[in-house]
Amino acid sequence: MNAPAYNFAYLDEQTKRMIRRAILKAIAIPGYQVPFASREMPMPYGWGTGGVQVTAAILGPQDVLKVIDQGSDDTTNAISIRKFFAKTAGVATTTATEDATVIQTRHRIPETSLHANQVLVYQVPIPEPLRFLEPRETETRRMHALAEYGLMHVKLYEDIARFGHIATAYAYPVKVNARYVMDPSPTPKFDNPKMDNCPALQLFGAGREKRIYAIPPYTQVVSLDFEDHPFEPYRFNAPCALCAAENSYLDEIVTDDKGGRMFVCSDTDYCEGRQAAGHHGSLSAAPYKDKAQEASNG
Amino acid sequence: MADQDMLENDEPLLVAESLSKSYGRIAACRDVSFSLYPGEVLAIVGESGSGKSTLLQLLSGQLAASGGQVSYRMRDGVARDLATLGEAERRFLFRTDWGFVHQDPAQGLRMAVSAGANVGERLMAVGWNHYGRIRDTASDWLTRVEIDIARIDDAPRTYSGGMRQRLQIARNLVTEPRLVFMDEPTGGLDVSVQARLLDLVRSLVAELHLAVIIVTHDLAVARLLSHRVMVMKGGRVIETGLTDQVLDDPREPYTQLLVSSILPP
Repeated sequence: MNAPAYNFAYLDEQTKRMIRRAILKAIAIPGYQVPFASREMPMPYGWGTGGVQVTAAILGPQDVLKVIDQGSDDTTNAISIRKFFAKTAGVATTTATEDATVIQTRHRIPETSLHANQVLVYQVPIPEPLRFLEPRETETRRMHALAEYGLMHVKLYEDIARFGHIATAYAYPVKVNARYVMDPSPTPKFDNPKMDNCPALQLFGAGREKRIYAIPPYTQVVSLDFEDHPFEPYRFNAPCALCAAENSYLDEIVTDDKGGRMFVCSDTDYCEGRQAAGHHGSLSAAPYKDKAQEASNG
Repeated sequence: MADQDMLENDEPLLVAESLSKSYGRIAACRDVSFSLYPGEVLAIVGESGSGKSTLLQLLSGQLAASGGQVSYRMRDGVARDLATLGEAERRFLFRTDWGFVHQDPAQGLRMAVSAGANVGERLMAVGWNHYGRIRDTASDWLTRVEIDIARIDDAPRTYSGGMRQRLQIARNLVTEPRLVFMDEPTGGLDVSVQARLLDLVRSLVAELHLAVIIVTHDLAVARLLSHRVMVMKGGRVIETGLTDQVLDDPREPYTQLLVSSILPP
């Protein structure tokens, strides 16, 4: 499948070196946003141009790539990025979290815990956690430099004053290595605890904003909160309708116009794995499949 | 008289020594020297373009002076030259030991964020991490500046001009600063609101033993609030003294003109 018209993994070697230098700097200063000369990619901004550049820079011929979008391996974005690297780098791809060495993700961290030989690459739309409170880039950079993060708590204060609890449900700000406040990209806050002390390397790429940042393996990541309003990961109070998982992050799917809905794991690989292992939820089709199988055999 | 002795024996809080600032050939501020003592209110008066605002920015470390220096006695009692402070220290000073009340509240407030968070921001910036306590302190301060507690969750956008200015004062005083800079705090407010604001400022200043440097072109404000007055013209201080003395018995022709320009009540 290796198309000779492209350099390995689409980007030329000089560009990849430039991105790798940014990545090394980002790893050296956990949570710090390193500017880099983001390139135009053959996809629109907002579709993961930052993540794709980071992936292209770290991918080797032996790597096994998994791409997820909102936890799913089979949405348009995930499929097209997977195909993109299959075509331009000829690397093996997979949907199984354990088998992957590089996982590019949009908005989720896989349910299966990551191990030390993996790299998780996040696609980031807006890397600056202080952006909506302080519009000036010069000022936000200064605030990071001087570790002036009172403003971040102003946002959480506003949430509690307005809704009675911290209503920020995604892109929940974290403090990395007790120094930099970081936007974990729009992952649900359910995933925040997974970033803490994670054995895998976590890289964040923002293509439009031209920033790369990183969380090295086994780094402390703390979600910001108040003493009397501690951080709480949010999850719908229901088991997955397909695999009956009680501890996974769920998507709500509206099934009719009469209020009918089902909750299913957003991580498709995790859900399929559980179903294959014999876990069945209330709306699983597996029992019917088995019956149909028996009928056709009999 | 006892107060006077105390002031004389005390160390000055802020000392300006021959401060100058020029923009190219234009000298906005020339050779200004004075000392400010704790609890003292100093008014800087003069017409537009006389260098008042430039001086205020020099004193508060927002502008680098072309000549001279400003030293400030920190909470530990050591006087430090502002120019030698690092940016982090200066910013820390600015949000703890100092306050700055702008003429336009939109500059000093976060207009889209609730009043409670506006007041609480400085507390959170110095590490307060308990929502209940921050909110209690914020509502306490709103009461002190006569803002209805029921408005605590409203954004200052929805406030009237006078309320915004009072909120700005609360936001600045919440960390109990020792020195507050005020740049025309009553500008653009109608007379009755001005009077109420001045009354409030005067009682807070006395209660908290604040030192204030207030820039104004309104001599009535200077008369009401300040202990001492500095009159500026063309970047120079032309006359300085006790407020009553300067305003009732002006020595310089320009001050005489300024005082006589007030409409008789």
